[in-house]
Amino acid sequence: MLARTDVDRRTGDERPVVTVPLRIQDDGAWLSVDDQRRVGVGELWRFYDPGFCDCDLADGVVENLVEPGVDGRTVEIRAVCQCIVCGTKATTDWLPVGRIVDGEWRDIDREGLLLSNASRKRE
Amino acid sequence: MPTDVERWKSEVYGNEIRERLFEFAEKGWESIPEDERDAWFERFKWWGLYHQRNGQESYFMMRIGTPNGVLEPGQVRAVGEIADEFARGPGVNPEFGAAYADFTTRQSIQLHWIRLEDIPAIFEKLDEHGLSTQQACGDSWRNIVGCPVAGKDKHEHVDALPVALDLHDTYKGHEDHTNLPRKWKVSVTGCREGCGQGDINDLAFEPATKDGEKGFNIRVGGGLARNEPRLARDLDVFVTPDQAGEVGGALSALFRDYGDRENRYNARIKFLVDEWGAEKMRRVLQEEYVDWELPTAGEDLREEYSYNSGYATGGHSDHVGVHEQNDGNYYVGLDVLVGRMGAADVLELADLADEYGSGEVRLTQRQNAIVTDVPEENLDDLLAEDLLSDYSPDPHPFMRGSIACTGTEFCSLSIVETKNRQVRYARWLKENVELPEGVEDFHIHLSGCTASCAQPQIADVSLRGMKTRKNGEAVEALDIGLGGGLGENPQFADWVGQRVPVDEVPGAIANLLANFEDRREGDETFRTFVERLDEDELADLIEPEETDYEDPMMHNTKLTWYPYADEDDMDDSPAPARADGTPISSDD
Ligand code: HEM
Ligand code: SF4
Ligand SMILES: [Zn+2]
Repeated sequence: MLARTDVDRRTGDERPVVTVPLRIQDDGAWLSVDDQRRVGVGELWRFYDPGFCDCDLADGVVENLVEPGVDGRTVEIRAVCQCIVCGTKATTDWLPVGRIVDGEWRDIDREGLLLSNASRKRE
Repeated sequence: MPTDVERWKSEVYGNEIRERLFEFAEKGWESIPEDERDAWFERFKWWGLYHQRNGQESYFMMRIGTPNGVLEPGQVRAVGEIADEFARGPGVNPEFGAAYADFTTRQSIQLHWIRLEDIPAIFEKLDEHGLSTQQACGDSWRNIVGCPVAGKDKHEHVDALPVALDLHDTYKGHEDHTNLPRKWKVSVTGCREGCGQGDINDLAFEPATKDGEKGFNIRVGGGLARNEPRLARDLDVFVTPDQAGEVGGALSALFRDYGDRENRYNARIKFLVDEWGAEKMRRVLQEEYVDWELPTAGEDLREEYSYNSGYATGGHSDHVGVHEQNDGNYYVGLDVLVGRMGAADVLELADLADEYGSGEVRLTQRQNAIVTDVPEENLDDLLAEDLLSDYSPDPHPFMRGSIACTGTEFCSLSIVETKNRQVRYARWLKENVELPEGVEDFHIHLSGCTASCAQPQIADVSLRGMKTRKNGEAVEALDIGLGGGLGENPQFADWVGQRVPVDEVPGAIANLLANFEDRREGDETFRTFVERLDEDELADLIEPEETDYEDPMMHNTKLTWYPYADEDDMDDSPAPARADGTPISSDD
């Protein structure tokens, strides 16, 4: 169970708003959000992460989901991916897969470019 | 922090789940509280029910555990009738029809499209026939595997069937062993061929002799899953058949107490053996779990192992064909391509077993079926039956060697389509590729992901689901491995071919066999041949190539609700559905 947090505009502090259970089910097969299946293995994700492999953009087959997390409204995942360009297989940095808006799940277009948490923060 | 799964298990697990299943069945799918679904689907596994993948909500895979693969007279018919009546859903498979049963690599049976509402009726029928789904999935003692002709084999070292059945009777439903950190797969082998495949199980009893007494050596910590394949490691312990049950329980208790419950990816006992080593494992077993002195290992028979080995030892590498039993009757092993049989064929198989044999049928770890106890005078009539032209006792090597897992048809973890693809591959290879002189065994195992349910790492050609881009489009692909096999010195395949688009794999196998023929020395087997080569040389043997093989499932079959539906879009999914099949509209 993870608390979704929001930023209190007045104080600038983060505060918990709604709790949404996020978990990885069936040994890494899919992400459950509120007991609903939302993201599964077998997708191809393009992401920018020089720490993952040497490609300008990694093009990774998602083999196993490892860990869910949240950053603000964004739901993130670390996953075991294999880059189909260079063959590197490793666990990714936190990648955004969806958003929780008013307690509801919104898919992020995962066929587009995914920016890892670290690279978003660097900008 | 304990995982969610451990928390759910500590609340409700084991036998009690059956009653809860019945309550949900009575009120229907929608009665499972929305915020408890993950928890209940995890628990249902213990009673053999696995929620099917995305797009197939409210439908379950049901696994029936048949210890040592033995189906007593009457049981095959019950399975066929259940498949025919209940294993029907909104999807129809173009190769196998609307209702079928799968024989698995752990000598179990899987049915698909099972509805929650039908479970009480199915369980009643299973009970009536002495069958059960208990612990067929989930974190506990799974179906016990072994040599499928135990007790009938002319050359066996020791009859392991009573031991397997005793373990089954003792540890199915045993309160102390209900809730283990992870699955617990046990193999009991008494034959000389190594058909129990102990090396890839969590706990293996293997035929041995100590001081003139016949019994078993013990190995622990094998398994194939998740890029972390391990061979079971020798504990240097010998047990008599009478002691096997107690020591098996002691090891299960050790696993229960010391296995990792914080991290499911590190929970299988193979990782505990990695951490401790076999010596410490033995010491803790002796000091804390067994109160008599464990003898050291006896003399084993591993040198003779031939099953899935690819060596020419003279022993058999599967159970297909007509073989004499120790009582003068015969067993007839039938090749069930990728382990799947239409419900009508299962019923026909039951008829044939009744008519020509004792009614018993046994399942093998190569996904095949054996009709046992056939008197010599019945053989010709049995062999002349129509069913045996589809499920042949003398199949073409490419048919005989094919194994495939469930894949994207039903499985959440899958990356690619599997069973139907392997059927297409086997047919194309049979039509187009000549095997080198004298090669009668050539095993191709296709698994849809790294969980390795089709045991790809111990085949001649290992295939594992992947993706790639071809002409810019995402397409299904396979990694190709070579060099795997069991036997005295088992080896896992090296993955020497990466992400080969699925339509280029048959061409790659054809080229591989041509290269083998060119460079073969004498009549060496494929396994012996690849053992001479290093990894680079192996990679050179594979030359992926388009041929006239066409693959209708190149696209991302995982994004469909059912790969073979006319309207296959996820949005066209008729699931979840009520007992009568009417869709339940979801809130989004
Ligand atoms: C979390 C999901 C799953 C995991 C991690 C998993 C993993 C495995 C592994 C590791 C094996 C045995 C290979 C070995 O000997 O080490 C196996 C067996 C098997 N699994 Fe899975 N599996 C999963 C789900 C499924 C599903 C959903 C299906 C079908 C709908 C399936 C079908 C099979 C079959 C046919 C076998 C072989 C026989 C048996 O266990 O009786 N698996 N699985
Ligand atoms: S190997 Fe993977 S795809 Fe195949 S049945 Fe097992 S978990 Fe599913
Ligand atoms: Zn890369």
